Amino acid sequence: MERTAEQIEQDLLRPIFTTSSRYMIAVTLASCMVLAGVCALGYQLWEGIGVWGINSPVFWAFDITNFVFWIGISHAGTLISAILRLCNAAWRRPVTRCAEAITVFSILIGAAVPLFHVGRPWLDFWMIPYPSERGIWPNFRSPLAWDFFAISTYFTGSVTFLYLPTIPDFAAVRDNAKGLRKKIYGLLALGWQGTPRQWQRLEIAMHIMAIAIVPVAVSVHTIVSWDFSMTLVPMWHSTIFGPYFVIGAIFSGIAALILTMALLRKFLHLEEYLRPLHFNNLGKLLLTTSLLWFYFTFAERLTTWYGNSPSEMDVFWSSIRQNFAPIFWTMVVCNFVIPVPILSVKKFRTITGTAIASSTIIIGMWLERFLIIVPALDHKYLRFAWGTYRPTWVEDTLMASSFGMMALLYLLFSKAVPMISIWELKVGLQPHGGGVITTAPTKRKPRGLVLEGPLPTDVPE
Amino acid sequence: MKVVYALFADPESAQHAVDALHSASADLKFSEQKIVIVSGEPHEGYDFADSHLTNLPYVWAVLGAAAGGLCGYLLTTLSQKSYPIFTGGMPITPPWTNGIIIYELTMLGAIVTTLITLLRGARLPNFKGLIKDPEIWLGKILVGVADPPDAARAQLETCLLRAGGAQVRETSTTH
Repeated sequence: MERTAEQIEQDLLRPIFTTSSRYMIAVTLASCMVLAGVCALGYQLWEGIGVWGINSPVFWAFDITNFVFWIGISHAGTLISAILRLCNAAWRRPVTRCAEAITVFSILIGAAVPLFHVGRPWLDFWMIPYPSERGIWPNFRSPLAWDFFAISTYFTGSVTFLYLPTIPDFAAVRDNAKGLRKKIYGLLALGWQGTPRQWQRLEIAMHIMAIAIVPVAVSVHTIVSWDFSMTLVPMWHSTIFGPYFVIGAIFSGIAALILTMALLRKFLHLEEYLRPLHFNNLGKLLLTTSLLWFYFTFAERLTTWYGNSPSEMDVFWSSIRQNFAPIFWTMVVCNFVIPVPILSVKKFRTITGTAIASSTIIIGMWLERFLIIVPALDHKYLRFAWGTYRPTWVEDTLMASSFGMMALLYLLFSKAVPMISIWELKVGLQPHGGGVITTAPTKRKPRGLVLEGPLPTDVPE
Repeated sequence: MKVVYALFADPESAQHAVDALHSASADLKFSEQKIVIVSGEPHEGYDFADSHLTNLPYVWAVLGAAAGGLCGYLLTTLSQKSYPIFTGGMPITPPWTNGIIIYELTMLGAIVTTLITLLRGARLPNFKGLIKDPEIWLGKILVGVADPPDAARAQLETCLLRAGGAQVRETSTTH
């Protein structure tokens, strides 16, 4: 059923002005997870990172796995949203903000991991390039310095990309609120009124941002992959790592987006907005990336196997047949065997089906990140230097609490901001379906470029 | 600031109102700059909405990107030359690795410039002189005139009602 502007306004502002008991329970649970993480982190800061299971030669393990995983998840939002905006896909409207919020929060969580991994996080400011009294600068040859610049740029871009289209919605909340809430949203809305000049500038800014953010998103995960491929560790020193990581990031990102949308739909009663069409379309994207992920995983293993370098084959067999085999095959099942049949058959590509596939992919992609890092480090070249790795309770807790932190940030965000862009949905109600201005016309008429057709029709559930 | 306005249910009637106000501005002795339009969503394809189309933000974004890239170049090369580390015969300012920093700062330059361009172009933040009507958020389009001459009030009302406005209202904006 088509919604009117008034219904859209009411439906999407409702979660901001009312709080359900289910919401409070969810916040409490997420807070408990975060609290456990804070305790573990405090213990780690007090005792040092010796409380982790890392050792020589496995210097990177759960923490860097979490870093790569969360930075990968961050590709859900900004990249997907930017591509859909550039393509002017009409079905993007209810999806984009859900996606962009995932990006911002997952970058925050991902970027925090290496800050603590250095052991003395109070010295993290040494990464900032400024003429200091120490007389040293960050080493620009180091991939860790590249990470700093790439993640900072991506975070700035993603926050901007999330905030700009939210300004009119903040204004809508401002004009519907009273008291302190009205003042806060008034500040956030920056005095937005909705004049034609403001709308024009906003749409142009969003268009430029969408163009700029896509290469930044790709570069971020490529640079994260270079943390590994710039070293001479077996199975890391590979040119395929850049695209392999990017595809993995998009893959896990879409899965996270679908899962989040399914939860939002259920708990915020957004059934009229997050429709089977959206899950169906994202499910198709997920299927494509699942196949691409399988291709890259196979290509990486094939190249290693064909080269038959002894040091690389040690890592290869440890993950295929030996101690890491259960994790490897679980990853394959989670990332390929379960999702592909579900996503390939239209009958199964429902909300429930895509959510199940996404859940397994989230697990599988975390395992994939772990398998990239740990087997290579504990089978590094000479056998006498091989080691083993077992995570400790501190690492387990920190990993679990990172998911709790994501849930908590997202819940708080959903309470403060309409999770679906109200004004963009209203544009969708217009007869031509609205569109994004891409160029200024040379004459007053004909009008600016409009690429869209009518509103999309839904597909049967 | 006092605004006399009417709300229009669709962009076509809003366009009629804007056209009528433009035509009447000379007779009613108000500046065309005083015509106010506010909506809860963009209305692309109508003269009143497209009158602010410009390609300048794109130009500024490119310039910002160039400035960011230059900053990246200077940051990497000048700092590496000021504090040269032992590189075992490799270049002190390697273009490949510096290129990564330069690239990221180029993109950051474009992003930051876009943000600044938007804020300047949209005249934000601006907490004074806000024209508000709750019905704007329900899909209505506000068209009116700011600080019209008192003598023109009656004709202005007629003009807005004839164009399809349901009811003429007046608001004093916050200062």
